Amino acid sequence: MNLITVKDVSLGYEGRTVVEGLSFAVEQGDYLCIVGENGSGKSTLMKTLTGLRKPISGEIVFDPSLRPTEIGCLPQQTPVQRDFPASVREIVQSGCLNRCGLRPFYNKEEKALAEASMEKLGISSMAKRCYRELSGGQQQRVLLARALCATRKLLLLDEPTAGLDPVVTAEMYGLIAKLNRDGVAIMMISHDVAAAVKYSKHILHLSHRPLFFGTTADYKTSEVGQIYVPHGE
Amino acid sequence: MAEFFNTIAQYFSYPFVRYAFIVGILVALCSSLLGVTLVLKRFSFIGDGLAHAAFGALAVATVLGVNQTMLLVLPFTVACAILLLGLGQNSKIKGDAAVAMISVGALAMGYLIMNVFSTGSNLSGDVCTTLFGSTSILTLSRVEVWLSVAMSIVVIVVFLLFYNKIFAVTFDESFATATGTRAKLYNMLIAVVTALVIVLAMNLVGSLLISALIIFPALSAMRVFKSFKSVVVCSTIVSVCCAALGLLFAIVFGTPVGSTIVAADILAFAIFWVIGRIRG
Repeated sequence: MNLITVKDVSLGYEGRTVVEGLSFAVEQGDYLCIVGENGSGKSTLMKTLTGLRKPISGEIVFDPSLRPTEIGCLPQQTPVQRDFPASVREIVQSGCLNRCGLRPFYNKEEKALAEASMEKLGISSMAKRCYRELSGGQQQRVLLARALCATRKLLLLDEPTAGLDPVVTAEMYGLIAKLNRDGVAIMMISHDVAAAVKYSKHILHLSHRPLFFGTTADYKTSEVGQIYVPHGE
Repeated sequence: MAEFFNTIAQYFSYPFVRYAFIVGILVALCSSLLGVTLVLKRFSFIGDGLAHAAFGALAVATVLGVNQTMLLVLPFTVACAILLLGLGQNSKIKGDAAVAMISVGALAMGYLIMNVFSTGSNLSGDVCTTLFGSTSILTLSRVEVWLSVAMSIVVIVVFLLFYNKIFAVTFDESFATATGTRAKLYNMLIAVVTALVIVLAMNLVGSLLISALIIFPALSAMRVFKSFKSVVVCSTIVSVCCAALGLLFAIVFGTPVGSTIVAADILAFAIFWVIGRIRG
């Protein structure tokens, strides 16, 4: 079953087309990596999938079981967040907002969900800590826990390891792989082709148009893959 | 000491002092509630910008001879707020530049209009009063007091009802939008409420010092507290205490009300900064 099907879509903003002729699908439990150079349209794709922009043409179909608001995303950090006075618990709970509707406060169930998400990512002990005092890796875990509150099905990650050191990066990839094994479909934007090839099931290589879309095994032997995948992988 | 309390009791027997106190505390409460969000959204100067916009509108209203100046000032300020906060995120002129533009532009046009079509004899006095709000809080009428009370209730209710949404939109607009929170709508809401508070606060401290009421309590609270809720609560308490102390001081010693309240806020900030430093 496809959670998201993208059919011949063109993306862009302010009248400028960034990506065209894009077609791909994300299956249930999939792990799709989107790779490509800076400015190749990866972030525009992410913004379109999360509803921040509309596609110029083409069609994006969500499976009926997946409401568009049920996509948990991990956007890149903004400067505002880095010194934001908020506790870890407050941030994780804000992931439950899409369940609230017009109700002004969180109910017991949502609070429990937030606790469970923190447990899953090993940040329960930091629940009362201030977000701005955490390390980069810990902050990403907090945002991942928040995304998990918003979804059980699909996580959209935009460069989740940007700015992290190699050890923490490996930990982060491990965590994401674990969530994927638990049944959450992952869609990740990455610069890191080596890691993408190592963890993903499918790869989409973008360069204003899709250069490759298929399984990771096929990517390694493809023409594009030959150029981008480091030797020995 | 007893004499001091007697003096204060004596002052409080005058209705205008009581009115000033009620309105002063309400304005301090509202501005600090919003201040936390505005400072975090990097819109610290919106207070200044909108206040100047309101000043421009006020000048036009005065020249046109409109009796209820609020009728012109309020819609204009709300429009400016929406323009800056609600739509400003994606526009070509970015936040701080847009705020500066409206602020300086409206101030200049307001003064120009007042100067060219001068209605009163004491122009610089009028301008000074509007900018610094030197005495107007002591000349509030009963109607204005009720108006302030009503506006404050609106602000507080909106803030409480949408607290979680305001938090989410302030912390991470992209995530909030992606998960179906209508960030634009809440930005708009924050904009409208901010405009309300600023028009309200102009009576108290005048347009120049409104920024202080918005910024200082929030920044003071952020020195010491680490969760959003505690920052909001602390910021309101600080703001209300400073307003009360500043007003008392100003009434008893005859200092300008607005500047005295801001001085109290600066003092509070210094104290919180030291506490924050000691705690590490």
